[in-house]
Amino acid sequence: MTRLKNTLTKKDLLNIYFTAGYPNLNDTSRIIEELQASGADMIEIGIPFSDPLADGPVIQQSSKVALENGMTLNLLFEQLKDIRKHVTIPLVLMGYFNPVLQFGVEKFCAKCKEAGIDGVIIPDLPLDEYLERYQSIFEEYELSNILLVSPGTSAERLKKIDEASNSFLYFVSSNSTTGNKNGMQESKENYFHRIKGLNYPVLIGFGIKDRNTFEEACKYANGAIIGTSFINAISGEGLLKEKVNTFISSIKDQAQLTHNSIL
Amino acid sequence: MKTKRNYYVNEKGYFGNFGGAFVPELLYPNVDELNQNYLKIINEASFQKKFHDLLKDYVGRPSPLYYAKRLSKKYNTNIYLKREDLNHTGAHKINNTIGQILLAQRLGKKRIIAETGAGQHGVATATVCALMGIECVVYMGKVDMQRQLPNVERMRLLGATVVPALSGSQTLKDATNEAIRDWINNIDNTHYIIGSVVGPHPYPDMVMQFQSVISEEMRKQLLEKTGNEEPDYVIACVGGGSNAAGAFYHFLESERTKLVAVEAAGEGIHSGKSAATSVLGKIGVLHACKTLLMQTEDGQITEAHSISAGLDYPGIGPFHAHLHETRRAEFISVTDEEALGAALEVTKLEGIIPALESAHAFAALDKMKFKTTDVVALNLSGRGDKDLETYIKHLNAVKQH
Repeated sequence: MTRLKNTLTKKDLLNIYFTAGYPNLNDTSRIIEELQASGADMIEIGIPFSDPLADGPVIQQSSKVALENGMTLNLLFEQLKDIRKHVTIPLVLMGYFNPVLQFGVEKFCAKCKEAGIDGVIIPDLPLDEYLERYQSIFEEYELSNILLVSPGTSAERLKKIDEASNSFLYFVSSNSTTGNKNGMQESKENYFHRIKGLNYPVLIGFGIKDRNTFEEACKYANGAIIGTSFINAISGEGLLKEKVNTFISSIKDQAQLTHNSIL
Repeated sequence: MKTKRNYYVNEKGYFGNFGGAFVPELLYPNVDELNQNYLKIINEASFQKKFHDLLKDYVGRPSPLYYAKRLSKKYNTNIYLKREDLNHTGAHKINNTIGQILLAQRLGKKRIIAETGAGQHGVATATVCALMGIECVVYMGKVDMQRQLPNVERMRLLGATVVPALSGSQTLKDATNEAIRDWINNIDNTHYIIGSVVGPHPYPDMVMQFQSVISEEMRKQLLEKTGNEEPDYVIACVGGGSNAAGAFYHFLESERTKLVAVEAAGEGIHSGKSAATSVLGKIGVLHACKTLLMQTEDGQITEAHSISAGLDYPGIGPFHAHLHETRRAEFISVTDEEALGAALEVTKLEGIIPALESAHAFAALDKMKFKTTDVVALNLSGRGDKDLETYIKHLNAVKQH
């Protein structure tokens, strides 16, 4: 979690989402290493689920392929076992609640800690369930639970979400599934009014797809999360290394990139 | 005074260990709006009047309770059929859509979405949307669209847009995913009419309340016909479980009445092609609800199978999961073959062609032992017009043997 907090002091953070087990079952650690080498600041590793109801068609398809490839949570933790030997940027797992529930929430948290995972995003684990049943477990394993905020989240609820957080808040740019709408739905004034006085920094996700939308989001927040268009970028022909590199360069200039070279 | 036993939803949206509202934050405002308002609105006198007037004059309620003489003779007991098949649109589904469309109007929603399996809920939703002049979009698995084509055409005729769900098994589960995604993208103006007792709280409770008119009427009708409000058995089929929830509701606290939920075993419970969730399911979260679900060790939801599109769902509603866990209801499973056989038998004995879903409830009669004095109330949830093609095929196959 310290790693995550240190990174969050910076601006223009580029956080890339990909689905574990896609395009190939054993691409996970290579994608993470290439992302770090290309200059991504943080990575969200998606745990594929059969029924990803907050996701648009692209991430749905990547989850389907990943599951057909044989991806499981057990295998993912196996693939991440040595990841901290090479990777220094924050790593966050993102996935739906049911696979975590079947794995066992405490065992899941313990495995995350062992692998050096800094946080998790579980979009269908609502605030009240988290506070009532799971907060103490997450805290025991020093795993940050990153909560979503939508344009429809009330001021009162935003305050509660902020209080339950301990790293950053994941603002959803618009009322949509992933990869659907573009850019920010809220006016800048309205948005700044909303985040004023929050304890934690904000990253923006859903609908951030290219340099324009990324730069726009960075005017509002500490950084942004790109998923769908990265999945598209690594789906085509070509070498993974080049595809990752080309994509990251298309979002951020090399001069802007926060350097995370392996020390 | 009756003691309230613990079969009802609690203030956190749980039936015992099952239920809740596992919605992404994007849907929280809508689900919360419903949760804050549904009981208040439903209990208003003006709402009740509108609801019951429409049930009476538009749906044709009360639906009759019919003593099935020849069927009773066969099983040497007393079988009463609750004729939900005689409702407008041919099934119990319209009880709920009438209630929800009135609620949606009260909440100022201008657009309705729904999921459908067999198409009965889709038709019932398209019907009330036509009635109220509201835009309607129905999600239906592509496989279900093929096997229930007449219902697809009915929905279109009623002015609804039918969108095929192309993901997963292309059945009810996937149609539900697509409807939830639509809702996330259109939260401002849209109400989602869920057709079963599934989904986030308050849906399971709300749908059950609207369907509870079934057992409310049954009590009065049984008193008239048998001299006792309470039967020995209430039997109903369960996919998500809305008709069973409605048929059980007013008997939950009865000492006398045994509740029997009939699930689809598909090609056999352990055939890998089944929808018998009470046997095969484990607790999990799907469609924003914690309940019994058919799933892999790794928590991936598996595909259900039943010849009946309305029972083809890999879970049961949280209310039913609770009845199963507390053993308040007995769960029986019936295969595709057994359901088909029962459908043809009821058709010949009583002159009633039941829906494939309801045929599962009839097939359970064969697996139970009754006393000659028993009163058995079976919820005939829908009529079989939509299943004619399947029945004709089956009849031809039987003749060839």
